[in-house]
Amino acid sequence: MTRFTFAAAALALGLTAGAAEAQKVRVGMAPEPYPPFASVDASGTWTGWEIDLMWALCKAAEFECEITPIAWDGLIPALEAGQIDAIMNSMSINEERQKVIDFSDKYYNTPAVIVAAKGDAITPDPEGLTGKILGVQVSTIHQTYAEKHFGGVAAEIKSYQTQDEANQDLVAGRIDATQADSTAMDAFVAAEGADCCEIKGAVENDPAVLGLGVGVGLRKGDEALKEAFNKAIADVRADGSYDEITSKYFTSSIYGE
Amino acid sequence: MRALMMPHRIVMLAVAAGLVAWIVLTGNWSWLPKYAPMIGQGVWRTIWLLVLSVMIGFSLALPLGLAQASGPWYLARPARAFCTVIRGTPLLLQIWLLYYGLGSLFPGIPWIRESELWPILRQAWPYALLALSLSYAGYEGEVMRGAFASVPRGQIEAARAMGMPRRKIFARISLPLAFHSVLPTLGGETVLQLKATPLVATITVIEIYAVASRVRQDTLITYEPLFLVAAIYLMLAGLIVLGFRWLESRQPRRAA
Amino acid sequence: MDTLGLLALSPPGWGGTLLVGLWASIRIAVGAFGLGLAIGLAGAYGKIYGGPVLRDCLAVYTTVVRALPELILILLLYFGLTDLVNKLMLASGYGRIQISGVTAGVLVLGVVQGAYATEVLRGAILAVPSGQIEAARAMGMPAGKIARRITIPTMLGLALPGLSNLWLIATKDTALLAIVGFNELTLATRQAAGTTKAFFTFFIAAGVIYLVISMLSTWGFARLEAWARRGDPPRTAGGG
Repeated sequence: MTRFTFAAAALALGLTAGAAEAQKVRVGMAPEPYPPFASVDASGTWTGWEIDLMWALCKAAEFECEITPIAWDGLIPALEAGQIDAIMNSMSINEERQKVIDFSDKYYNTPAVIVAAKGDAITPDPEGLTGKILGVQVSTIHQTYAEKHFGGVAAEIKSYQTQDEANQDLVAGRIDATQADSTAMDAFVAAEGADCCEIKGAVENDPAVLGLGVGVGLRKGDEALKEAFNKAIADVRADGSYDEITSKYFTSSIYGE
Repeated sequence: MRALMMPHRIVMLAVAAGLVAWIVLTGNWSWLPKYAPMIGQGVWRTIWLLVLSVMIGFSLALPLGLAQASGPWYLARPARAFCTVIRGTPLLLQIWLLYYGLGSLFPGIPWIRESELWPILRQAWPYALLALSLSYAGYEGEVMRGAFASVPRGQIEAARAMGMPRRKIFARISLPLAFHSVLPTLGGETVLQLKATPLVATITVIEIYAVASRVRQDTLITYEPLFLVAAIYLMLAGLIVLGFRWLESRQPRRAA
Repeated sequence: MDTLGLLALSPPGWGGTLLVGLWASIRIAVGAFGLGLAIGLAGAYGKIYGGPVLRDCLAVYTTVVRALPELILILLLYFGLTDLVNKLMLASGYGRIQISGVTAGVLVLGVVQGAYATEVLRGAILAVPSGQIEAARAMGMPAGKIARRITIPTMLGLALPGLSNLWLIATKDTALLAIVGFNELTLATRQAAGTTKAFFTFFIAAGVIYLVISMLSTWGFARLEAWARRGDPPRTAGGG
């Protein structure tokens, strides 16, 4: 309790810059590869856009951050159980999650696309996906969207623990298409999916499901941390480091509107 | 019944009942009606995966055990190697090797992709069933080796002296005696196999554990779905133990 | 990259990552096995010499743990235990404590191992000839000394085959921690395979590592058993 009070007091006085001891923040990340946002390389180092952004945010907020690997479906329980203090794993803000955890302001928002085998006449709409097997990552906005818009027509909506597994099954032909974040899919069709698959286009926007973007997941009531992250996001956006990190990985902004 | 009437057991039962009641009453179960059909399907899938893998695995374990106990070296060594490998590596790794390794080779082979088998091979359950069956075969093969080796030699020699053909000796003498001696352990082994089935959830087979994960992810309720599947597994394990006890009681028993 | 390049110890090879994972797996397996032995020894004595309440509580513990899939126990304990500890800490006015992944893994697998170890050790203790214990008692040996000098050395030879099995289960059960995202050998393998798409190479490499551990352990336990049984009378073939 004391360190939160301390951080809150420091924030209230605008003294974060001069705080003697940095607050330790454990950030939960799913250990499966999710390029270009977050993956572990052969030397065990975390790399990717979201990782760079995380270090930038931690620097801006003067946190001493530490990455804790937790499986995707265990991130929210681990946050509630106090094993981690924040989630920065491309977790989209949605209503269901807001019932149990808090979110910072969004730090990126990109459209959702459908990817399928080259030569397959799939279009990113209910007609195009009629009778097809669609793969999505479990408990993502893509799963919610797919079940809402394609649930009645698709032969099956298969859910995977990680997007990486859905991609592998798309390459292996076990599913006909996958719906996921456009930037992650750009990376996929540029690399291991280059031979088999292509982006068939963005799905029609549904602001209720897709509109809120990705934020830092935080324990309910952890206001000090939330304010610190919001301030840090605004800071890195203002001082240009956000754009600098983005230009390392993408050709255009992914912040969204 | 009398065993339950001891005072401390009544207290323990009351505590247990209280605990269950507390979980049931204070937990959030609003998701239950919506997911009830999925839960039913999941239980059914767990049961048939268990039953089929035990049957296939056991029928593979017979030749594996026999080869090791009394086969020529060119059969005994591979059988022994198979059992060692299966028992020496985690089942999770075996499942992933089959599904992501073997399964990702098939689509690269055109005649498989165009064959009648492809609609089956692109699903996940054949790999799950194969991995579970091989695992059971590996563990039971070791058990059956011991069972075949412990069939009294005199019985087989007597049968041979009577001029019984080898196949008949196997069917009438070795097999029944070996089966009889492993029957008491089979119940426990089958419970172990039941406990292995949730691992196939990691390759998209929607059995009961996967349904619980699904509920947890949809509703972000962590514990209640886990308690429900825990109760289901306890019941299934109890049924298996009772079933094998009944099977054992039907076996003719010689007075020792 | 060719197979050897993929498995090279220094990046871009993934061999080093696998070894780091292996080290984590071994630490957890050793910790869990040790904790399981401690729980098992206490549980076995409790089951044999304890009062009816203790005996029944232990029976509930061993039955429930052995009937539930490890995966569910791991999930319940991995999140539930830390949640409970932290709620208690907060309620009593302290801050959250940090439970590391290794500690949580050891605790969870140790509780599971303890249930099996209780049964293995109980069987072994019961198999110690009661005459020996009675003789020691008649000589006026205190209970702790009886356990140290007579029961434990005698039962060790009987318990070792069961304990050997438990150790093998411990090494393989560490793989289940991959599902909660704990970075051990199986998860490292998964990361390497997912990133490089060389599934066969890495799954087989990890399989070989597990196999070597299991074969080395089997050999080691067999030596240990031979040593523990060094005082046993020679057994006739086919007897026992």
